[in-house]
Amino acid sequence: MKVRVSIASKSCGVALGVVAGVFLPLSVEAHLVTTGLGPLYDGISHVLLSADDLLPILAMSMLAGLNGPAAGRRTLFGLTGAWLLGGLAGYLFEQALLPGTMTCVSFLVLGGLTAADRRLSPAVVLGIAVAVGLLHGWLNGTGIAEAQREPLGLAGIGSAIFVLVAIVSAFVMSMHVGWMRIAVRVAGSWVAAIGLLMLGWSLR
Amino acid sequence: MKRFLIPSLYAYEVLLALLVLLASALPAFAHVQQGQAQGFLTGLSHPISGLDHVLAMIAVGLWGAQLGPPAVWLLPVTFPMMMAFGGFFGLLGIPLPGVEVGIALSAVLLGLMVAREAKPPLIVAGAIVAFFAVFHGHAHGTELPPGQSAMLYSIGFVIATGCLHGIGVAIGVVHKWPAGRVALRCSGAVVALAGVGFLWSAFA
Repeated sequence: MKVRVSIASKSCGVALGVVAGVFLPLSVEAHLVTTGLGPLYDGISHVLLSADDLLPILAMSMLAGLNGPAAGRRTLFGLTGAWLLGGLAGYLFEQALLPGTMTCVSFLVLGGLTAADRRLSPAVVLGIAVAVGLLHGWLNGTGIAEAQREPLGLAGIGSAIFVLVAIVSAFVMSMHVGWMRIAVRVAGSWVAAIGLLMLGWSLR
Repeated sequence: MKRFLIPSLYAYEVLLALLVLLASALPAFAHVQQGQAQGFLTGLSHPISGLDHVLAMIAVGLWGAQLGPPAVWLLPVTFPMMMAFGGFFGLLGIPLPGVEVGIALSAVLLGLMVAREAKPPLIVAGAIVAFFAVFHGHAHGTELPPGQSAMLYSIGFVIATGCLHGIGVAIGVVHKWPAGRVALRCSGAVVALAGVGFLWSAFA
């Protein structure tokens, strides 16, 4: 009983914190570029605010979560590492090797695989994570170089990716109820659909 | 037992907090680029603004609920993906004849399926939904107002469509009770009648 009361009070606390957090961005009008919190926080905010990077990270995390702990662990380090490596390379080369349209392909592949929920080996999941990380990271690095920002932003991007992948993949992995896995697959289909529409927009 | 219960509750709270905080970034309009949040809201409201689209989406959910697993989730997964194909064709400028007639027929046919509580093989049900989804995507997926983010428009559009399916599935829960079954069949008849009205308008 005490445990229930304790959990209920903590839930209320978390709920209050969430509500407070919801209203904070409205009042501070806080884009990190204008508030001057620095490149590290710019990097973190970029991941959380840019849907073209956020969605593939979430989709990759869901895919890793559906494929079990080994795939999740490899994705956690593989995606983050490849993203940082790609970002550094993009920053140094200052030009994208692949067109931005390729990001739509990552939406399609990750969303499609998540929706299909086919069991993949951890090595395959790692390979996909590395490819996605290199592609998106390279584009991020190029963007940072073109905007003449500090490369420290990549550290912010990397840390945000690490935390997101850890939370989302662990959450998906902990799902043992059938309908929750189905919800993840539905979310994957949405990512694939968004990717297809994005591909259309970019080819238009 | 408690040791397992508490972390799982925390996982839900953390994910809920994360999702709400991520969503809260949109109304802050905090990015220097213009039209980002507006694109999302336009995409989100677009499927809801047309009764033909709304009724067909909800009918898909109702039919899925009548058919039961796996159709209950397979149909709502099929629809957004095929709708995106329709949008993709539209964005590439590939014409689709009789789009408005196709949308009206989708309401008629899906309504009739719900009204008759039809239970065809899963592949046939999926094919019917997939076929009509292309028309909906072609008509609605490409209507992005100038200056708004195509990415966020697509996200909002797909999410709204998925939520309409979810509403249909949620309403379809009443299928468990005899009176609910009758109510569902009546609602299917209403959708079919509305579809006849749309068809009349399309030819008028």
